[in-house]
Amino acid sequence: MRVLVKNSRIIDASQNLDKIGDIFIESGKIKNVGKNISPNADKIIEASGKIAIPGLVDMHVHLREPGREDKETIESGTLAAAKGGITSVLAMPNTEPAIDCIDSVERVKEIIKKNAKVNVFIAAAITKNRAGREVTEVKKLKNHGVLAVTDDGSSVDDTDIMHRALCAAAKEKILVICHCEDKKLSALGQVNKGFTSTRMGLRGISKESEYNRIKRDIDLAAKTGSRIHIAHVSCRESVEIIAKAKKRGIPVTAETAPHYFSFDESEIWGFDTNKKMNPPLRCADDVLSLKQALAEGVIDAVASDHAPHTENEKDVEFDKAAFGVTGLETELSACIKLVEEGLLDWLQLTRLIAYNPASILGINKGSLRPGSDADIVLVDADKKWRVTRDGFVSKSKNSCFIGKTLRGVVECTILNGQIIYKNESIPG
Amino acid sequence: MIWKRKDLLGLERLSKAEIETILSTAASFKEVSTREIKKVPALRGKTVVNLFYEPSTRTRMSFEVAAKRLSADVINVAIETSSVRKGETLIDTGRNIEALKADIIVMRHSSSGAAAILAKKVNANVVNAGDGWHEHPTQALLDIFTLKEKTGKIKGLKVCIIGDIAHSRVARSNIWGLTKLGAEVTVCAPRLLIPPEIEKMGVKVSDDADKAIKGVDAVNVLRMQFERDEETAFPQRLEYFKNFGITRERLSKAGTSIIVMHPGPINRGVEISSEVADGASSVILEQVTNGIAVRMAVLFLVAGGEKKKT
Repeated sequence: MRVLVKNSRIIDASQNLDKIGDIFIESGKIKNVGKNISPNADKIIEASGKIAIPGLVDMHVHLREPGREDKETIESGTLAAAKGGITSVLAMPNTEPAIDCIDSVERVKEIIKKNAKVNVFIAAAITKNRAGREVTEVKKLKNHGVLAVTDDGSSVDDTDIMHRALCAAAKEKILVICHCEDKKLSALGQVNKGFTSTRMGLRGISKESEYNRIKRDIDLAAKTGSRIHIAHVSCRESVEIIAKAKKRGIPVTAETAPHYFSFDESEIWGFDTNKKMNPPLRCADDVLSLKQALAEGVIDAVASDHAPHTENEKDVEFDKAAFGVTGLETELSACIKLVEEGLLDWLQLTRLIAYNPASILGINKGSLRPGSDADIVLVDADKKWRVTRDGFVSKSKNSCFIGKTLRGVVECTILNGQIIYKNESIPG
Repeated sequence: MIWKRKDLLGLERLSKAEIETILSTAASFKEVSTREIKKVPALRGKTVVNLFYEPSTRTRMSFEVAAKRLSADVINVAIETSSVRKGETLIDTGRNIEALKADIIVMRHSSSGAAAILAKKVNANVVNAGDGWHEHPTQALLDIFTLKEKTGKIKGLKVCIIGDIAHSRVARSNIWGLTKLGAEVTVCAPRLLIPPEIEKMGVKVSDDADKAIKGVDAVNVLRMQFERDEETAFPQRLEYFKNFGITRERLSKAGTSIIVMHPGPINRGVEISSEVADGASSVILEQVTNGIAVRMAVLFLVAGGEKKKT
C-alpha cells in the first residue's frame, strides 16, 4: 500500500523541517518527504491547508485495563487517543492488579494486540503491587518489552528501596518514571496549599511535597546513574530543581500536563471536581514558569496524564472525589494554544509532544524521517471547537476543559500508513 | 435591588448590594418575632427541608423557626454520616428530597463545597447552613446584622475574629462579608490555627490577642474545637485561655465598649470567661434572636422574594 499525503505544511522537529510538501508512505513506513514527489500512489490524501506533524507520543496515560474497565479500556482509551492525534501511548501500571510481573505484562500485551487502535507501550511497576516494599524483576520486565518502570500514582517512600530500584534500573538501562510526592506532606490534601486551600476550607497539597521528592529522586539518579523522568511537574520550584540537575549532567528528563499550563488554581474555586487532580492546579506564577520551561526545553515533554474516572467517582463531595482528569482528546489543542500565544513555534511543539517523548522512551516514533513508522496527524490549526461532555470518545468525561473553546482540530490520524481516525468534515 | 440568585452558598460570591439586601430584608422581618402572632404568610405552601449531615442544635432550630414564621412547612432530616457512607450519595439524597417537591433545601455538611455541589444538581433553592471549613453565610450575616444594629454602620468598623481560624467556616464567611462592607478585619489565633495566605482575603493577621483587640469595635470569639482536628498541634485549653481567652481584664485593657460576639455554643473558661459571656458588652443572645430574622430574609429571598410576595 502506497499513500501520498499531498500539499500539507509538514513540520518535523527531528529534521528541523517546516515546509509545504508531500509525504510518501510505503508499507507503513515513511519513504520520502518533499516537494512534487509524485510516485504512483494507491491512495492520495489531499491535505492542503492542513498541518502534518508526527503522531503524538503521550508517555503518561492510564488505560485502566485490567481491573477498571468501567473507567476506560485499552480499546476506548486508544480510540480517544486516535481522535486526539496521539498514535503512541505509554500505559501506566496502576491497574488492578498492578502490572508488576511478566505474567501481567503478557496478559496486557494480549489485550493490546486484540483491541488497541494505536501503539500501546507498557510501563511496569517498580515495586511489587506498587506497595513500595519489594523491587520488581526489572531485567525480566525489560526483556518482555516494558519501556519504563514506575509506581505512578504514588512515590516509593522508602529511600533505601528507591535506591535499590534505581540501581537495578541503571544496570538494565531502563527508564524510571517518578511520581514525586511526599505523602507525609500532602496527606489528605485536596487543592494547592495556600490561598486556595484557605479560601476553599480544604486541606492543602504543598509544593514542597512535590519538589522535596524531586530533589531526593534526582540525588538518587546522580548516585546510581539511572535515567529518571519526572512526571507531571506542576510548580516553579520543581522546574528550577530540574534545570539545575540538567546543568550538572544528571540524566533527568521531565514532563508536564496540559492542565498545569492551561489553568491556575482559581479555576477550582467553584468546587468543580473535574478540576481536581494530583498534583493540583497551582498559582499563576507556576503556570508562567511551566510555560517558560517548555519554551526553554527544561521540560522535555507534554504528556496528558489521562486519568479517566466514572461520574460516580466525581459527582460527590469535593473531598471524596477521585483525583485526575482525562486529557487524550484535548492535549493537542491545549498545546496549540502555546503556539497561538507566541510562546512556542511548531517545531518546538512537535518536539514536546512527539519527538522528545519518543526519544526518552527509545522508540522509533515521533518523527517523519524516511524509514520511520508512518504515524502522522493532519491538523486544522485554525479551526475552533467547543469541548462538551458528550463529545468525548473516552469512556470517562472528567475533563477540565469542558465548556472551553479550543483551537486546533485533528482532521485525520494515520497509523502505520493507515487512516485510523477521520474528522467527518474532511473529504475523501 | 431585586434578588436573582437561586441559592445562598456563601458570602464570597455575593456583592455588597446583595448583602445589604439581605440585611435590610432581615430588618423588616425582625418585627414579626415580636408580634403576638409570630407569623407572616410569605412562604405559605412552600416546603423547606433542613438536611443536616452534622449535628447542630441552634442553626437547625433557627432555620426551623424562621421557616415556620414565614408559614412554610418544615421537614427536618438528620443524617448520620456513618450510615450515609453505606447508602446513597449526596446528590441522590438531594434529588430524592426534590422529588418530594421540596422548594428549599437548607443543608449542613462536613465537606467543604457540599452545598455548591448539590446546588448545581437540583432545581430546589439551596441554602448553605455550613459546609466543612468553607462557609457559614447565615451565621456571618446575623453577626453583621447584629453589629450593624449596635453601631449603626459596618464601614470603618474594626473587628477582630479570634480563635481557630483555620477550621472555621464562621471566620471565612465573616471575613468576606465584613470586608465587602468596608470593615477592617484582623484574625487572631495561635500560628498553627491560622491558615496559609489568609491575608490575601483582605485581613490582618496576629498571634497576639492583646495587640489584636486593642482599639477594636467588636471581637467575634470563635468556639475552640479541641475535639475536631486531632492531628493539628494546639496549645492546651488552659494555655489557650491564658493567651487568647476573652476575659474582662483583657477587654478592659483593649478599650471601652467593645462588642463581644460568639457564634455559640460557648465553651466557658476556654475561649471566653463567664463574666464576659454574660456581661453587658456581650450580644451573644441577641445574635440568636437576630439569626431568625436573617434566616427568614434568606429563605424569603431565595424562594423568589419580592416577585412572589403578593
